[in-house]
Amino acid sequence: MTVYAAPGTPDAKVTFKPRYENWIGGEWVKPVKGQYFEDITPVTGKPFAEVARGTAEDIELALDAACKAAPAWGKTSPTERAAVLNKIADVIDANLELLAVAETWDNGKPIREPLNADLPLASDHFRYFAAAIRAQDGDHAELDHDTVAYQFHEPLGVVGQIIPWNFPILMAVWKLAPALAAGNAVVLKPAEQTPVSILVLIELIGDILPPGVLNIVNGFGVEAGKPLASSPRIRKIAFTGETSTGRLISQYASANLIPVTLELGGKSPNIFFSDVADSNDAFYDKAQEGFTLFAFNQGEVCTCPSRALIQKPIYDSFLDTVTARTAKAIQGNPLDTETQVGAQASNDQLEKILSYLDIGKQEGAKLRLGGERADLGGDLTDGYYVQPTIFEGNNKMRIFQEEIFGPVVAVTSFDDYDDAISIANDTLYGLGAGVWSRNGTTAYRAGRDIQAGRVWVNNYHAYPAGAAFGGYKSSGIGRENNKLALDHYQQTKNLLVSYSDNALGFF
Amino acid sequence: MLEATVTIPDETISRVSLNDASTELLRKLWIQYGPLMFHQSGGCCDGSSPMCYPAGDFLTSDNDVRLGTFDIGPNADGSPMPIDFWMSREQFAYWSHTHLTVDVVKGRGSGFSVEAPEGVRFMIRSRLMDSATPFV
Repeated sequence: MTVYAAPGTPDAKVTFKPRYENWIGGEWVKPVKGQYFEDITPVTGKPFAEVARGTAEDIELALDAACKAAPAWGKTSPTERAAVLNKIADVIDANLELLAVAETWDNGKPIREPLNADLPLASDHFRYFAAAIRAQDGDHAELDHDTVAYQFHEPLGVVGQIIPWNFPILMAVWKLAPALAAGNAVVLKPAEQTPVSILVLIELIGDILPPGVLNIVNGFGVEAGKPLASSPRIRKIAFTGETSTGRLISQYASANLIPVTLELGGKSPNIFFSDVADSNDAFYDKAQEGFTLFAFNQGEVCTCPSRALIQKPIYDSFLDTVTARTAKAIQGNPLDTETQVGAQASNDQLEKILSYLDIGKQEGAKLRLGGERADLGGDLTDGYYVQPTIFEGNNKMRIFQEEIFGPVVAVTSFDDYDDAISIANDTLYGLGAGVWSRNGTTAYRAGRDIQAGRVWVNNYHAYPAGAAFGGYKSSGIGRENNKLALDHYQQTKNLLVSYSDNALGFF
Repeated sequence: MLEATVTIPDETISRVSLNDASTELLRKLWIQYGPLMFHQSGGCCDGSSPMCYPAGDFLTSDNDVRLGTFDIGPNADGSPMPIDFWMSREQFAYWSHTHLTVDVVKGRGSGFSVEAPEGVRFMIRSRLMDSATPFV
């Protein structure tokens, strides 16, 4: 057990600057309007640093820098770009604890997560795309004896990326790694709730990239995100967030006729077929953990398994077991490696979760566990903590249909396979899903019948580089986390070459 | 508390209201941004919260439902200050049995909603509607 020292105290692994500027053209640049906002740590509810409040003027500066850098960066060899990405990965690995403390302080997540998941995944992600870009071939077709069509991959140029607050570093890396690997220059806007950890990362990796290849402008959506997303100077926009902003960004993109990729969340079903309880063995233990993963990262995961569907014969026994297991989850100081459930990322997120606990109770859902804000006392008393919560109800209730983005699971039962699939697909979204069964046929068929981009079969919440991630239905457009993502950051250049010396004969 | 006028054909009961803090904030934002609108969001991160945009910035379509219109006026010149509240039709299918009140809390959201720079965030509080049949 380790309790990391809080930033601002002796022995802290990270020392935050009192004020962070924008990162533009390879240097720290003050915001044009000279305004800043406070970054609040959800661990204590107190501000800990000031961050540039960027506006359209700062976005223009960042675009100037990106436009200047893009041509040369786009012409570097895949070997050179891969080397840069691998260096970034090495720096992340070498600064694991520093970055983990920064991430926990910014976001509220228990530090075991950035230590063991967010940051190892981030460095591996850079390495994956370093490998992917080196292994990527163009192709060609010999259309006839004298005519050859060559397909080349070319970078888009300058791209915009807007990052969410639930995995501030990892979600940035999911977007950055393919964009940089493909040879693009990036203007990135972190979430206004969690801007600092990415800036701490930039302090470490900023000099690895040529100036202007990666630019970061902080600020609010309406003041900095909108001018970025609507700029005619970007060749693509990527966004992770919610549906209204996703639509708005699509509208801006349509005005400029540029492509957009969106990841907009879900309401992921986690289906437990009766046979999981056939034996009280390691697999049954794994399935129980699979249920409890709804509390992972305080439920602030786009693929949170927030709807649990349990087959009727095992409903009572399984729910009893997993409720007891969830009750043992350790909620506490996020800087303690023993802590399993930390703080929600912001006050408005806390308030929204509490409003859903209220509507769940009004709708007649049965509260099995939790259901309240948690007061952890001491320095943590003003932090944003919510008890892991289990509701029982039916799939038409709003707590079954909306992404609460908190440690809240809505549980219901099903009769048979068809009933399970019907309930699972009765949602606007289709990002993630879980299927648990000892029967390979059942598991395979359910995995194929669920309308979601990622179905975990007999596991959940694994995000290895290489496994494509993205949404069906209202959950978004595009895929990340796999070499497919390169396609979202590349143009196809077709060179159609004639090797014949003879005229066509038309004129 | 300010109830919206009913805008859905054949309905008679308001579906959405503003509490006093939200009304006061919207009057302030109107001065800064001009006419405003709401679109109820879904999905991750800042989802399930109402987004407040300059009117017309967000393009609604036949696949959106206008739940009601608030008048936060009169304006200084005595004119009304109407704010439409919208939601996608498919989302409304799951929300229609609940009455919504727009509240405002400390925070800053992460979408393009115009109140975020004020250090506050609109959010929804819900209650079951007597007249609606839930869970059909």
